[in-house]
Amino acid sequence: MEALIRTEKLEKVYMNEDVSTTALENIALSIKEGEFVAIVGPSGSGKSTLMQILGCLDRPTGGKYFFEGKEIHNYTDDEFARIRNEKIGFVFQAFNLLPRLTVLENVALPLMYRGIPPRERMKKAKEMIDLVELSDRSNYQTSRLSGGQKQRVAIARALVNDPKIIFADEPTGNLDSKSGGIVLGFLQELNDRGHTIVIVTHESYVAEASDRIVHIIDGKIDKDEKVLHRRIVAREGFKK
Amino acid sequence: MRFRDSIITAKKGISVHKNRSALTVLGIVIGIASIMTIMSMGQSAEGLVMGEIQRFGPSNIFLLPGRQPTGPSDSAGTLLNDSLKQKDFEDLQKKSNVPGVKNVIPYAFGYVTASYDSEIYDAMVIGSTEIMKKNFDLSIARGSFFGKTDVDEKEKVVVIGDKVREDLFGNVDPIGEKIQLKNQKFRVIGVLEPEGQGSFIDFNKAVLAPYTTIQENVLGIRYFNRIVVEAESIEKVPEVIRDVKSLLRNNHNIDDPEKDDFFIQTQESIVNQVKTITGILTVLLSSVAAISLVVGGVGIMNIMLVSVTERTKEIGLRKALGASNSDILAQFLYEALLLTGLGGIIGVALGAVLTFILSYAARTFGGLNFPFSFSINGLMLGIVVSVSIGVVFGIFPARKASKKSPIESLHYE
Repeated sequence: MEALIRTEKLEKVYMNEDVSTTALENIALSIKEGEFVAIVGPSGSGKSTLMQILGCLDRPTGGKYFFEGKEIHNYTDDEFARIRNEKIGFVFQAFNLLPRLTVLENVALPLMYRGIPPRERMKKAKEMIDLVELSDRSNYQTSRLSGGQKQRVAIARALVNDPKIIFADEPTGNLDSKSGGIVLGFLQELNDRGHTIVIVTHESYVAEASDRIVHIIDGKIDKDEKVLHRRIVAREGFKK
Repeated sequence: MRFRDSIITAKKGISVHKNRSALTVLGIVIGIASIMTIMSMGQSAEGLVMGEIQRFGPSNIFLLPGRQPTGPSDSAGTLLNDSLKQKDFEDLQKKSNVPGVKNVIPYAFGYVTASYDSEIYDAMVIGSTEIMKKNFDLSIARGSFFGKTDVDEKEKVVVIGDKVREDLFGNVDPIGEKIQLKNQKFRVIGVLEPEGQGSFIDFNKAVLAPYTTIQENVLGIRYFNRIVVEAESIEKVPEVIRDVKSLLRNNHNIDDPEKDDFFIQTQESIVNQVKTITGILTVLLSSVAAISLVVGGVGIMNIMLVSVTERTKEIGLRKALGASNSDILAQFLYEALLLTGLGGIIGVALGAVLTFILSYAARTFGGLNFPFSFSINGLMLGIVVSVSIGVVFGIFPARKASKKSPIESLHYE
């Protein structure tokens, strides 16, 4: 089976006043549909840069990137935007919700950029909010939510477009362990339902919840290992 | 992204900072309101002057002594101001000389002190014939206008304006009373209806008399300041002008038209002159107001740039969620357009209110017959200009926003 995403000799070099810094070097990575991959490494290792390139937020300076078998590293800005909109969901460490909008409006935002009419997108967004168990907060402004709730809104938003893959960049980084556990549990649950998930973390207990851990050190893949017995995050009340 | 969604997003964007948006819009409001007011007042002023000109009717030809001034410093024309003589007046009336002529009305005028008892008044004394009444469409409040026999018999009679009556006579009935003009007594036979002040002659302050008794004895001149030649019809105006010119050149022994000691104005030529003058004034004043619009536009651009920087993270997020460059461009451009468009609409409304107040004040306190008019051109211009300002000054910040890299924006603190 063709991998969902695959890179060949992927490279990212930052040029800054004639000083070049290599952030990524010779990355060959392939992720299949349905996988739950954790990219781990110390800070500055390049794991976030890798996620940004895989998430079509940034471009590599060398190598090749295939998404669903298509070579996409030369795509235009707008083609990238379209892939992000239709195929990718993001969950960020800082949640990145728009504070002036309600929970519902935030979740529906990706659908707006897809040109879906308001009624339809609100319906879809409601379903997603329901899934992350925040139905009673639908019309709250997101600034009134707790950190854990915000991250669940972000997950709902990442799911609303039926993405091929969800990238989560330190999703538990700003949360206490209980809220973090809930968020992680949601991601695991989504993976069980067939979603492909890539999570970037520097915390090993988070990584252990995945199926596969890719270690990045100094911009290179140091180790790529299967997790034989992934840690099941105990969660209560997740809607079946 | 759907158009409606772009507009709604932009609307939310500007409503976040209500005070800031309102202050930013103020620059545009002031600019547009000024232009609206200037254009509307210009239109009203033009209407006022045009009303005066149109009183004469389009078949009137104005014959003026001297040479048409070529500019404000051209004084050559005034040197020849005694060129229109009694003989010219008489010859002009002859059908054999000017076949298309209907009426010829001479005017001699000047400022003279009029007195009654101990009251005095500096009046504009106008000497003419009985046809003047019809020519200026004058209304008599009391008594009557002087007639042909008064002119022919050199009767010392006058018709006075309402202000002259009020100042000289107060509550006394002036009809039959005698006023003094330069040591001569004139009997008052009529009083004019009071009228709103026009731009040329204020008949309220005028004393009208047969030219035969006024010209030499009171004004001390042997020429006319104006001769109005009324053609039989508008169609005959060009023909009459031609005949008048050749008659006067013949009378004054002029071979070279360059050396004419008279010139001719028609209603059309005066209308064009007035239009040119009010047009220039309006453009000039509007340009001054336009500067404030540019300043307002720069204000919009400034605030939009601040907003783009402040919302870098939001831009990054929207892009991460799939907003294309043009979606972001549209969002910020529409924000600028909403601001300037709103400013334009408020400005137009404010301009209309200001114009109303100013023309009301001109009528009430200035005594001018100043009509309120709402310049449709100003309205259109106001809206077009404010939208254009939105585009011109909004495009740069919007482009800046749209070009931002999603990842750098997301990490912006």
